[in-house]
Amino acid sequence: MSTKPTIDYSAMPDESGHFGIFGGRFVSETLMYALDELQEIYTRVKNDPDFVAEFDKDLAYYVGRPSPLYHAERLSRECGGAQIYLKREDLNHTGAHKVNNTIGQALLAKYTGKKRVIAETGAGQHGVATATVAARLGLECVVYMGAEDVQRQALNVYRMKLLGATVVPVTSGSKTLKDAMNEAMRDWVTNVDNTFYIIGTVAGPHPYPQLVRDFQCVIGREARQQCLAQTGRLPDALVACVGGGSNAIGLFHPFLSDDSVSMFGVEAGGYGVETGKHAAPLNDGIPGILHGNRTYLMEDENGQIIETHSVSAGLDYPGVGPEHSWLKDIGRVKYVAINDDEAMNGFRRLTKVEGIMPALESSHAIAYAEKLAPQMDKDETIIVNLSGRGDKDILTVAKIDGIEV
Amino acid sequence: MTRYGLLFENLKRKQEGAFVPFVMLGDPGIEQSFEIICTLIDAGADALELGFPFSDPIADGPTIQKSALRALKHNTTPDQCFEIIAKVRARYSEIPIGLLLYSNLVMKRGLAEFYQAAHMSGVDSVLLADVPFRESEPFREQAKKNKIDHILIAAPNADEKALANIASSATGYIYMLGRAGVTGAENQADCDLSNTLGELLQKKATPSLIGFGISRPEQIKNYLLAGAAGVIAGSATVNIIEKHETNAEVMHRELALFCQAMKAATKL
Repeated sequence: MSTKPTIDYSAMPDESGHFGIFGGRFVSETLMYALDELQEIYTRVKNDPDFVAEFDKDLAYYVGRPSPLYHAERLSRECGGAQIYLKREDLNHTGAHKVNNTIGQALLAKYTGKKRVIAETGAGQHGVATATVAARLGLECVVYMGAEDVQRQALNVYRMKLLGATVVPVTSGSKTLKDAMNEAMRDWVTNVDNTFYIIGTVAGPHPYPQLVRDFQCVIGREARQQCLAQTGRLPDALVACVGGGSNAIGLFHPFLSDDSVSMFGVEAGGYGVETGKHAAPLNDGIPGILHGNRTYLMEDENGQIIETHSVSAGLDYPGVGPEHSWLKDIGRVKYVAINDDEAMNGFRRLTKVEGIMPALESSHAIAYAEKLAPQMDKDETIIVNLSGRGDKDILTVAKIDGIEV
Repeated sequence: MTRYGLLFENLKRKQEGAFVPFVMLGDPGIEQSFEIICTLIDAGADALELGFPFSDPIADGPTIQKSALRALKHNTTPDQCFEIIAKVRARYSEIPIGLLLYSNLVMKRGLAEFYQAAHMSGVDSVLLADVPFRESEPFREQAKKNKIDHILIAAPNADEKALANIASSATGYIYMLGRAGVTGAENQADCDLSNTLGELLQKKATPSLIGFGISRPEQIKNYLLAGAAGVIAGSATVNIIEKHETNAEVMHRELALFCQAMKAATKL
C-alpha cells in the first residue's frame, strides 16, 4: 500500500517564517527588533485562554459572528450543478472579513503598549476596519492609501475620516495598494518605537502572514461546522478571491488536510491574463522579494515591479501572501483568474438573483463559482467566501454603467 | 589586501575619515551618471556607494525615490548599471566601489550570476537594503565566492548580541545607521552612536561608516572622534543632482564643492 506523505499544515511557517522557499523577513535591520517583539508577544498570547476569550468575545459581540453560511438556492439553480453556499463575511461589522484581523492585531497592539497604529489599504475595507478598532480603543490612526484608490473608493475615505483616522494619499508609483504599503513600511521604520503596523493581508514580513491567517481562520472553522450541520458532510469545493489572500487563506486553512475538499483561489484577471494588464501573480508571475517576503510577483525582465490592473481596488496588487505561493507550488490549491467583465457579471447576477450585492473583489469568486458549479453534481457543495459587501463599489459600477450618482 | 582595507589603512595613517557619496546609477541619464561619478571622485570622494534603481525602494525617503524614478524613466537596466561601473573602474583602479540595492534585482538575475557580474565590473561590496543578517546567508555565500564584501547594517537599536554577530561576520565596512527611518537629508542623524562604535572597536570589527541623515560637514567630526571611519551622504548628494538636473555645468560645480567641503571635514 502506498502512502502519500502527509503535510502538517499547522506547522507552517517554520520557525524563521518560511513556507518552503517563500515568506521570510526581508526588511531593514531596524525593523527586526519590532518584528521579534511582535513574534514573541504573539507566540506568548495566541494560546493564552484570556487572549483567546477576549478575541472570541469581540468577534461575537462587536463583529457579529458567526457569519451565516447561506444556501444560494436560486443562483445554484440558475447555474445548474453544484449547490452554492455563501459564507457571509459581508455581514460583519464594517462590511468585510478585514475586521476579524484588525480586532486581533489591535489586541496585540494593546499588549505592546503602542498608542499609534498605521495601516495600508487598497479598497479601503482594511483602512475602515483599522480606523474602527482604533476609534474603539482610542488609538491614533494613520491610513496610507494610493491616490488612485482614494478617488475610486471615496466613500470609504470619508468613513475613515469620520472614524477619526488620518488618510494619507500616496502619489508615488502606480498610486495603488503596493505604493500604500511601501509608504506604511517607511512610516513604520521611522516611528517603530511608538507605532504598531496593522497589516491587512497575509503578506509582509514574518510573523504577519502567520498571525493574519490565524485571525482569519475563524471563517473556515465556522464554515466547516456550518456545512456539516446543514449538509451533513464537508464541502466539495471552496472558492475565494485572492489579492493578498487573507479571506482565502481564512476559508481554506481549516480544510487543507481534508483531501476531498478542492480549493480555488481566484485572482484578478483584469483585461485578461494574456494582455498582461491584470493582478494575477500566481497565474502569470515569478517568485521574487517585495514588502518583506519572498513570493510570486508581477515584474518585468529586469526585476522591476510592474503596474497591475483590476477593476477591484482590493485585488490590485502585484504580490500575494507567501503561503498561497507555497500552496500553489505543492499543488494543494488551484489558482485561477477572472477578468474584470466576468467579475462585473458576477456582481450583477448575485445582486439580481439573490438580492445580495457583493464587493467587486468577492464578485471574482462568485464569477468563478458560476463556471465551476455546472461541472459538478447537484448533490455536491461549493462554499464561496463572500468576503465583502458591494456598497463601497457603487460609484465604480455606476461609472461603468455611464451613470452619475 | 582589498581596496577597502587599503583605503582605511591609508586614511588612518593620515588621520582622516572617509567621505563616501551615494548616487543612483542612471540618474539623470546613463552618460551623465558616469560623469557625475568622475566629478565626485576628482573632488576627493574616498569611496563610492552606487544604487541600482528599483521600482519599490521601501528603505528610501523622497529624494532617493525620485532619483530611482528618474533613472527608471528612461529604462535604466542592471546591465547598463554594470557598464557604468566598469567604465569607472577602468579609469579609477583603486577607489572602493559599493553597491546599494534591493534584493529583488539580485533574485531576478540569479544570485550566482549577479555577483559574478558585479565582480567582473569591478565592484568591491554589495549592501542589500531589505536583507537583514538573518536572511543573508545565500547572498553572503555568493558574495564570498566572487570576492565581494557583503555589507552588514548596524541598526541604531542593535543590541549586544546583534553587534557581536556583526563584529564577527562583517567584512569591508559596517554601514551604521545614524538614525531610524528611511534615507533623507531632511531629518538629521540624531542617535548617539558612541557606545555602539566603542563596542565594535573593542571587538575589533571592520571599520564603520555612518549613513542616513548625513548632509553637512559639521556633523562629521563628532562621529570620527567617537570611532567611526567615515560617513556616507546620499540624499544630500542626490539633492544637488535633482536641483540642477537641467544645468550640467552648475550641477558638476555644486557636486564638486559639496564633496570638497565634506572631505575637508574628515581631516582631524
